[in-house]
Amino acid sequence: MASTTALAHGHDDQDHHGHDDHHEPGFWQKWVFSTDHKMIGIQYGITGLLFLFFGFLLMLIMRWQLANPGDPVPVIGGMLQAVFGDSAFSANADGVKGVLTATGYNAFGAMHGTIMVFFGIVPVAFAAFGNFVVPLQIGAPDMTFPKINMASFWVFFISCVIMLASFFVPGGAAKSGWTSYSPLAGVADMGPGFHPFFNGQTLWLVGMVFNITASLLGAVNFIATIIQLRAPGMTWMRLPFFVWTQFVTAWLLLLAFPPLEAAGVMQLMDRAFGTSFFMPTGLIVNGQLAAWSGGGSPILWQHLFWFLAHPEVYVLILPGAGMVAEIIANNTRKPLYGYKALVGAILVLGFLSFIVWAHHMYMTGMGAKVAGFFQTTTIIISIPSVIIITALMLSLWGGSIRFTPPMLFATAWLPMFGIGGLTGIPLAFNAVDLYLHDTYYVIGHFHYVVAPGTIFAIFAGVYYWFPKATGRMMSPFLGHLHFWPSLIMLNGIFFPMFLQGMAGVHRRWYDGGATYEQIIKPVIHWNEFMSVSAFLLAIAQIPFIINFCWSIFKGKKVVNDNPWDATTVEWVAPSPPGHGNFEKPITVYRGPYEYSVPGANKDYTPQTEPPISEKFPTTAPAGVPAH
Amino acid sequence: MQIPYETTARPDTGLYNAKLGIWLFLASEVMLFGGLFSAYVFLRLGADDGYWPMGLLNVPIGTMNTAILIASSVTVVLAWAALKMRQWAKYKFYMLITIICGIIFLAVKLTLEWPEKFVHFGAFIKKDKWAEYEAYLGNEHRTKLGLSPRPEISGHLHAVEVAVAPEKKGDFDSFLIKHHLVAEAGTDPAHPVLVVKDDHGHGPRPSIAEKLVRIPGVKAVAYEVELDAVNADPTSPDNDRPHFIPRKRSDKVATIKAEDISSWSAFAPKHSSYFAVYFTITGLHGLHVLGGVIIFIYFYLFGEKLYRKNPEHMANRVEVSGLFWHFVDLVWIFVFPIFYLL
Repeated sequence: MASTTALAHGHDDQDHHGHDDHHEPGFWQKWVFSTDHKMIGIQYGITGLLFLFFGFLLMLIMRWQLANPGDPVPVIGGMLQAVFGDSAFSANADGVKGVLTATGYNAFGAMHGTIMVFFGIVPVAFAAFGNFVVPLQIGAPDMTFPKINMASFWVFFISCVIMLASFFVPGGAAKSGWTSYSPLAGVADMGPGFHPFFNGQTLWLVGMVFNITASLLGAVNFIATIIQLRAPGMTWMRLPFFVWTQFVTAWLLLLAFPPLEAAGVMQLMDRAFGTSFFMPTGLIVNGQLAAWSGGGSPILWQHLFWFLAHPEVYVLILPGAGMVAEIIANNTRKPLYGYKALVGAILVLGFLSFIVWAHHMYMTGMGAKVAGFFQTTTIIISIPSVIIITALMLSLWGGSIRFTPPMLFATAWLPMFGIGGLTGIPLAFNAVDLYLHDTYYVIGHFHYVVAPGTIFAIFAGVYYWFPKATGRMMSPFLGHLHFWPSLIMLNGIFFPMFLQGMAGVHRRWYDGGATYEQIIKPVIHWNEFMSVSAFLLAIAQIPFIINFCWSIFKGKKVVNDNPWDATTVEWVAPSPPGHGNFEKPITVYRGPYEYSVPGANKDYTPQTEPPISEKFPTTAPAGVPAH
Repeated sequence: MQIPYETTARPDTGLYNAKLGIWLFLASEVMLFGGLFSAYVFLRLGADDGYWPMGLLNVPIGTMNTAILIASSVTVVLAWAALKMRQWAKYKFYMLITIICGIIFLAVKLTLEWPEKFVHFGAFIKKDKWAEYEAYLGNEHRTKLGLSPRPEISGHLHAVEVAVAPEKKGDFDSFLIKHHLVAEAGTDPAHPVLVVKDDHGHGPRPSIAEKLVRIPGVKAVAYEVELDAVNADPTSPDNDRPHFIPRKRSDKVATIKAEDISSWSAFAPKHSSYFAVYFTITGLHGLHVLGGVIIFIYFYLFGEKLYRKNPEHMANRVEVSGLFWHFVDLVWIFVFPIFYLL
């Protein structure tokens, strides 16, 4: 992953140019405080992958509890109690330490959600892949604002530190759900045993403010880059679909995050200054009338939160859909079906995503007219989603499919995202939601979209762009060993959730429903099945970790810069690209998916290849590399 | 490696990079303040009748601040124009005025407007006790006229009457010494209390009074308040409507029993959702003003080097921060009527 300057410039390191302050950067400037989009992308990627792993570990501990309520976590229980403290873990009747308490379950659950969404998927799918790939795909030397790009990573890093620190303050991490609803979130982690500022709930809010700021800085950069730095000839309708998805995602982040930042500031004011933005009049806490002026509105928090959090779910899925599209086109050796429809669909989706948020609030007593509005918009928004998945599925038809590791994940993404999306449709209707709200059905729905959905897309992207970033291939054998068990186990974890949800099993029951066993008897046995699947899923990630780490140093070197025989511009750059990315200025002549063009002398025609002319009577003559 | 279109405009968009960047950032800022203003709407619509105060902000001072900010928006454009015309001295002149205007705005807010609220006392009277305090609330008069009720007695603390458990007298006395307060015996033999004042004959600051009554063993009995005009003469027609120009405090002192108060505080964020949203919005706006001022100071002090090397780039930087400054001004144009006038 060393980005040498020699490839891109061929200058002597001792030269100092007046117009261009390029000189070999020192260790800190190259590896830590880099303004190069590729390094920043990798920094986001590594940090995000580590957080995905940590969030997964939190869930494994929770899944142990759900299958074996009240039992100490085996082997590592004592260590967990030592690390996370006595609020999260306790000893059982025999004095064996490591039983996850209700408080601990709530904290792990809230942090699992927060970490996976804001510290795992957004940094990896949007920031990491976006930063690395987008400037390369549009033929640009870097992002428009490289220093702001670096600043955004370090602000994100600060938010990571704060969130991790929140586990180790007295009282433990935030435990009011990733949704942080007031009034609970206004009163939680306060009083004896908690520090007035350094408590989990307050640190969660501070961490979120930093995280949101980082995302906003990144979003400005992405939009400006895609608008301003497209290479000559790269028109809007020649952009790879991945760039379009990143463009729309950046707009969603730019416009949807600030209301949550405002709400976060207000909830911080409630906690630190005793205001009553979200505190209702007459609140009783611990048997006493709470010392707040009242007059606030808990529903206001919900509106401001979901105004972000609904577009946020499209932020989670769109980059993944873009990556899957690239990989499908490449591995079917034919153009994407319905490029224009796909672009139109994500633009409409982006707009509609701002007007559906209250479908998360059907249980707040909103009245028929308002509920009717949101039901209508929510059903309408399923249309562009269906267009996207249909176009991608139709893209397989008549293709010459190569089941490379990225293609395995991309192909599996289709039915998995399909299940996730289709199971969302019943939830759109408030009559059905009345029953399914806050049940495991909802958990099953959204996990299908993000786990075998987005995370599979992320894996696909890692296998696909790894050779561009490192100059080496990942092992396909380990790729298969990673893929097949993961696919099976993910279904093993999340499919039974639909069954449990429809039987009435609630979310956030820390004992897996043992207290309500009478009601949920027919489905409670699925807990063990799901927990075993989760544990096996963890094992299935080991081949990936080994593959990733080993291949950086010992993977098979690529034979040329374009090992996948792809058409998009990033494959023109060296692998890995140097400072400034391209050896020669880029001009784009074609659309992004000219695979199997009739009459061409190979089954792909790169975007940068000039049209047939006197100089190039057929497309590139055999033996001459494309531009 | 040069990033294209850093200073020159891209032909099809007509923009250089930073200009697009700042407009995108401003779009996000619109959503940020939009979220806060929508909170204002929610809270104001949801407030019980009479619990959303009006006429508590000083309109003349607010108007002056508005004029100062608008003037600074003009001067920052003149500064940018001077750079485009390559007139460095003129740029420095107008930029200095802009900076001074920004500092005056912040100074007025932080030395005049905010602090006077933190020493202002307000107590919400329990609904079933309104009749007892009719002389200060005037609600019979108001209901007759169809006006919203007045639930609060406000003014400045004249004294706090407390009862101290004998074993805690030591803590109480050390608290008095620490905060320069004095306690005298109360005048009513039927109700033995200690009357706490500061050493100038006025009551303690509300924040100190809060700490005082929270000392274990100290019980608040009553609060003596130097009344605001609206509570001194609540049935006067003059007090039926809120006033833009703040009126002189009266000399009347009222005693409010602690058990009749549902909540009290200074005019601080926690006083009511009105002050909560007022301080949060003006505070966040103030931070944006401060940020702008800091950036302008940087361009004023350290801009010459870039100006000599690439004057167009310097002009663009001032243009882009000027756009930010216009947005900050625009937010204030919304804040002022919504909070001060409505």
